Amino acid sequence: MFNVKVEVTLKKQVLDPQGLTVKHALESLGFNEVDEVRMGKFLELKIEAKDRKEAEEKLRRMCEKLLVNPVIEDYTYQIEG
Amino acid sequence: MKFGVVVFPGSNCDHDCYHVLKDALGQDTAYIWHKDRSLDGCDCIVLPGGFSYGDYLRTGAIARFSPIMNEVEGFAKKGGIVIGICNGFQVLLESGLLPGAMRHNDSVKFVCKFVNLKTENIDTPFTNRCNKGQVLRIPIAHGEGNYYVDDNTLKALNKENRIIFRYCDKNGEVTPDANPNGSLENIAGIVNKPGNVLGMMPHPERCSEPVLGFVDGKLIFESIIGWLRKR
Repeated sequence: MFNVKVEVTLKKQVLDPQGLTVKHALESLGFNEVDEVRMGKFLELKIEAKDRKEAEEKLRRMCEKLLVNPVIEDYTYQIEG
Repeated sequence: MKFGVVVFPGSNCDHDCYHVLKDALGQDTAYIWHKDRSLDGCDCIVLPGGFSYGDYLRTGAIARFSPIMNEVEGFAKKGGIVIGICNGFQVLLESGLLPGAMRHNDSVKFVCKFVNLKTENIDTPFTNRCNKGQVLRIPIAHGEGNYYVDDNTLKALNKENRIIFRYCDKNGEVTPDANPNGSLENIAGIVNKPGNVLGMMPHPERCSEPVLGFVDGKLIFESIIGWLRKR
């Protein structure tokens, strides 16, 4: 069993309205040092696989098929266990 | 001629679409459950608005894998007429039947109001009853209608006249002020390359009867009926 953590973020070139709104909220609270806020999603999965390589292959397929929309999103992941 | 309205868990404009097609326009219309594996001989498929699967993960991302979507994709690829409205448009984007993706509205608010739409292309199964450049008054109701697509595809959409509706002011001017959600180039509706699949964020089924105040949405359904009859 492998514990996998996936971070999904909007691609750099895609405007992030949520991040922008959070940045403005921070500014209105006096946190003027914030240059940029980008919001994303965090997923934790437990994956059955015989080894790390298989877990990684399965995860990539899941990301490409469902978890990530490649038109607007990028992803990174960490595999533990 | 038969219309099919797909029902996903969380669809909430399915009854409105059914009512307009069946009662207001007198068409043979059926509901199609998302777990069905047959389109039941329908000539036009409607993917209605709503919050399929609670908009979990991304809008339309899970509905796109419903069993019925295999059939819808096959039907669309053979030239069948498909119209996706609001969440239905989002499902079409996720399924790859239409290019691009939806971001959160630039205001990060759910926007529910009447907008003006400029009809950019009337040579389609969905707009042949409209006049070129006609301004339609149709409501929107969405939180994620901020259309995005890469530059090359955007150029192709323009070149191939596949942008069918743009948000505009009451005089038909496409201006930044008339853009309710931040969509690239004020895009409100597009078709696929062969032109048989339309996705649009505004809700024509909410303005197809005089009792509702506006009837411009009816032009879209009447266009489809006219087009299917001629075929």
